[in-house]
Amino acid sequence: MAELAETRPAALPVGPTGSEGVGRSGMLALIATEGALFGYLLFSYYYNGGSGGPNWVAEARPDLRLALPNTILLLLSSLVIWRAEKATRLGDRRTALLGSGLTLLMGTVFAVVQWFEWKAKSYGIGASSAASLYYVTTGFHMAHVVVGLIVLALLFLWTWLGYFSPVRRIVFTNGALYWHFVDGVWLFVFTTYYLTPYLGFGR
Amino acid sequence: MTAVAPGKPRAVPEVGRDTPELRARLQAIWESRRGLLGWLSSVDHKEIGLRYIVTSFVLLVIGGVEALALRLQLAGPDLSLLTPEQYNILFSTHGMTMIFLYASPILSGFSNYLWPLMLGGRDMAFPRLNALSYWIYLAAAVFLYTGFLVGAGPNDGWFNYVPYGELQYNPGLNQDYYALGMVLLGLSTTVGAANFIVTLLRMRAPGMSINNLPILVWGTMTASVANLIVVPAVSLAFFMLWLDRQFGTQFFQPQAGGQPLLWQHLFWMFGHPWVYAIVLPAMGMVSDGLPIFCRRPLVGYTAVALGTVATMLLGFGVWVHHMFATGLPGLSLSFFSAASILIAVPSAIAVFAWIATIWLGRPVVTTAFLFFASMIVLFVIGGVSGVMTGSVPVDWQLTDTYFVVAHLHYVLIGINVFPVVGATYLWFPKMTGRLLDERLGKWSFWTMFLGFNLGFLPMHLVGLWGMPRRVYTYPAELGLGPTNLIISIGSFVFAVGVLLFFVNIVASLRSGARCGDNPWDGPSLEWATSSPPPPYNFAVVPTIVSRHPLWEDRLQERDERSNLGEGMLLDQGKLALATSSLDAEPLRILEMPEDTIIPFLLSVSLLLLFFGLLLKNVPLTLIGGIAGALSLVGWFWPRLGLLEREAAHG
Repeated sequence: MAELAETRPAALPVGPTGSEGVGRSGMLALIATEGALFGYLLFSYYYNGGSGGPNWVAEARPDLRLALPNTILLLLSSLVIWRAEKATRLGDRRTALLGSGLTLLMGTVFAVVQWFEWKAKSYGIGASSAASLYYVTTGFHMAHVVVGLIVLALLFLWTWLGYFSPVRRIVFTNGALYWHFVDGVWLFVFTTYYLTPYLGFGR
Repeated sequence: MTAVAPGKPRAVPEVGRDTPELRARLQAIWESRRGLLGWLSSVDHKEIGLRYIVTSFVLLVIGGVEALALRLQLAGPDLSLLTPEQYNILFSTHGMTMIFLYASPILSGFSNYLWPLMLGGRDMAFPRLNALSYWIYLAAAVFLYTGFLVGAGPNDGWFNYVPYGELQYNPGLNQDYYALGMVLLGLSTTVGAANFIVTLLRMRAPGMSINNLPILVWGTMTASVANLIVVPAVSLAFFMLWLDRQFGTQFFQPQAGGQPLLWQHLFWMFGHPWVYAIVLPAMGMVSDGLPIFCRRPLVGYTAVALGTVATMLLGFGVWVHHMFATGLPGLSLSFFSAASILIAVPSAIAVFAWIATIWLGRPVVTTAFLFFASMIVLFVIGGVSGVMTGSVPVDWQLTDTYFVVAHLHYVLIGINVFPVVGATYLWFPKMTGRLLDERLGKWSFWTMFLGFNLGFLPMHLVGLWGMPRRVYTYPAELGLGPTNLIISIGSFVFAVGVLLFFVNIVASLRSGARCGDNPWDGPSLEWATSSPPPPYNFAVVPTIVSRHPLWEDRLQERDERSNLGEGMLLDQGKLALATSSLDAEPLRILEMPEDTIIPFLLSVSLLLLFFGLLLKNVPLTLIGGIAGALSLVGWFWPRLGLLEREAAHG
């Protein structure tokens, strides 16, 4: 007589614990598809620029005076939310509140500065293919920043309400992960639109 | 089992036997509420799968009727049943309907229904997301067909090339409906794909390791990974087209530094993997279905599984073979031609595996077997014409002719519709507890098979003779009239066969012979549940040791047996088990979400939002956008019940 297989696990975690749970896989899937979206946006830029004639770019030498500090600010905000997430992990609610609040502030400043950056451009969205790509790519990114800011505000609220603990905190971890994505993908957008013209792309 | 509570992050699951009392408890926990609200709120994967199947079959009929109208117009030379404008809208809507609203959703439907049953799980990883993906699909179909009904259906082919899609050549809302509708549909596909991927990684019974998965699961998983990565390409392309048309951007406008070919690249980067996404799960149906009727396991399981993945990997790098005639550099042509022809290898592996399975088995010729076995023939014909068009010089001769129309219908009908109909004959008893009628089934099969080949085989010929596709008529002097008449007759015979299939479904729903749990004596886990399965699928979590849990005594492959009668109870709430990705070892206990109306509300909000964007109606856009945002906040609000948070201030 054949033997029946058995599964008798010892204690298993129940629900999402720490940074583990199906929700985390879901967030990674979202980031994969959003990352692909930005990949296609940048592909469009390099494709149109690569097959366009000389003087294709909207600006031969993009002004970096606002964009560069703004980029650094956004990257720093990733560090701050990382610290806030760590605080949640350690059960330090004060630091978590401070950190998510500060990230929210830094993200808002980034959005406002980007708004002025758009206002300062001498060309509109329909001026050329390069201009359309610039506004739509940075616009897509801005949409993600706005979603990120709403997420950060909710994380702040939920931390304030005392929802999270070192064990039950996957929502915070996922929110922070999304913000890291928003910051990380900007580095590619910034490099493409602000730095490659200096290397001669599309000129 | 220790009580599951927010304060207790670990528990030892109680193991026990499958008893009627346990089943009664689970039924009370997992059952959806009755009434309209309960119906709109259900997150049961079987319910959602059935809705997908019914909706996409309805759209198959609609798309089929459109095709018949086209065939009437083309039945003879110089006919004027349809105006050129009507013809453009009809053939484009036919393509859009079949490819986007039928071929993919039908497979999502079957996979949604079958996955948790095949994997030994209680539901998908994200039940609410599952409901959302169905409701958005329905919303997108409503949106796209609203356009069609107000006379603004797509009119530029399903692949919708620019510059004809641009405003200056195409005024009216046709392209705007199509563009925004496709963005909306993309959301549905994407969230569905994410759900399948995470379900595969986490929601399997212990022992359902990666080498025990049914091939259907391999197919849908591969398709889902592809969809997750490539759907953004087409959504972006359509979104950019809409901006070009309505907001004066210059993405595809050459006079301002844009590139019309950018559209083709983005479209086919999506489009070609998509072709595999709508056939690989269907090939999986054949790989899982044929062995049941050949009374033996599939020959070459590992090769077929890896061939599925290899097809898709190669499929990412062949999109340019749709663009051989656009004047690309020779190096690019050579590379993409070689990659395309290489795909014949993994496809041939599957074909040889199926033939060997029939050869080495003892075939029982049921209707389902006929559909699966005939698919092999159609696949070979469609595959060979595919290899032909993959070769650059041949493609230059054949592109934009009816040869390509013949090829793509052999692929899409041969490798999607035939397996899907076979799958319906195979799994209808599981879904309804009744068998489809075999006599009517065989009539339906032979009518479909003969009608299909009568209709589509001669299309190769008229294509070789130079008949262009997408043109509403042809002059009598070309001498194509008689062959086109045969094609039209064939298509109507095929339609009669499809009609018989649906008649069979409706009749059998009412009066089909009742069947037990496993009418075909199938080997996989879904056949261990009752027909139809209970809302919780499996009363105890099964432990699996082989690819054929129900054939183990017969196959004698090993000493150990899968255990379906005793296992973890998980009966203290709506609980499911998460397991590890490769070996499916118990990892964690999940609190599954209750039924909720939020996915439905979010889809309605999105529909309003997209109509607002289409009409450039600010209040409507704002209402839809804000309602959608609020639905999302409600969705993600950390819930005590789902153990996403601690009891506040507790």
